[in-house]
Amino acid sequence: MIFITIGTQEPFDRLIKAMDEVAPKLGNPEIIAQISGSSYLVKNMKTMDFIAPSEFNDLVKRAKIIVSHAGMGTIISALQLRKPILVMPRLLKFGEHRNEHQLATARKFDRLNYINVAYDEQELQEKILEMYFGESKSLHELGDFASPELIESLQEFINE
Amino acid sequence: MKILAIASAGGHWIQLLRLQPSFEGHEVVFMSTKTSFASTVSGYKFLVVPDANRKNPFKMLSTVLSVFKHIKAVKPHIIITTGAAPGLIGIVIGKLFGIKTAWVDSIANVQTISMSGKIARYFATKIYTQWPDLATKGTIYRGNVLS
Repeated sequence: MIFITIGTQEPFDRLIKAMDEVAPKLGNPEIIAQISGSSYLVKNMKTMDFIAPSEFNDLVKRAKIIVSHAGMGTIISALQLRKPILVMPRLLKFGEHRNEHQLATARKFDRLNYINVAYDEQELQEKILEMYFGESKSLHELGDFASPELIESLQEFINE
Repeated sequence: MKILAIASAGGHWIQLLRLQPSFEGHEVVFMSTKTSFASTVSGYKFLVVPDANRKNPFKMLSTVLSVFKHIKAVKPHIIITTGAAPGLIGIVIGKLFGIKTAWVDSIANVQTISMSGKIARYFATKIYTQWPDLATKGTIYRGNVLS
């Protein structure tokens, strides 16, 4: 199963359309997409609107690959559950976000080699085909909590 | 100590949960913007406030009132937040009540600290960035929510 999530705030038609179009080339596997009011009419995927956290985690666990916008919640969840993730950032020029924040996040985590990033729809389709038919594995593994340095600093702050 | 831990639903909330080991040994009350998120902190007191953003001043007002009411009732010693709007409101109200507060700016802010974080600088006891290159005199870097 491929799990697609674009967060709960705004639609992201570019990502949904590109994934819907590439589905037949993937051999029409089970694809579950959380679409948040996208206007594009989905043909090849199962869609959901808001997903509660418990259900979200189950879907991430069940997925072979996660495809998402550059939202930290999804990126952290995927890395924590050791799932390969392909991210396409929302862009300001298409009105997909109020600033260029997602592009910066995507570039940073791409450079760290934590996640797979597609910067446009064509790259998204190419990379999902590559990941789906190739050997897809999580690029980076996360533990369950913040770095010890941050935990200790906050403990000191609480106790001082 | 009684800690009030605030984050809006989504990525901010996931980052807040990763700070949990630092709360050990203290009483913690959580605050977020979606009822369904209560299940991720079962066993803890969980408060829901309406979400807000700068685009909608009326909603913002109802969030301010709700956060204020809860802080008055909970009487926390410390407020810790990973953002966004409800966290900033918590920091400002915390200052009003003389409560110790910490703002942990989201790891998504890789180029500059968030707008809310910039405002929080005037009110919070401590401001953290999660990227070393964004640390300044008043904004400290001590690791991040990843490990």
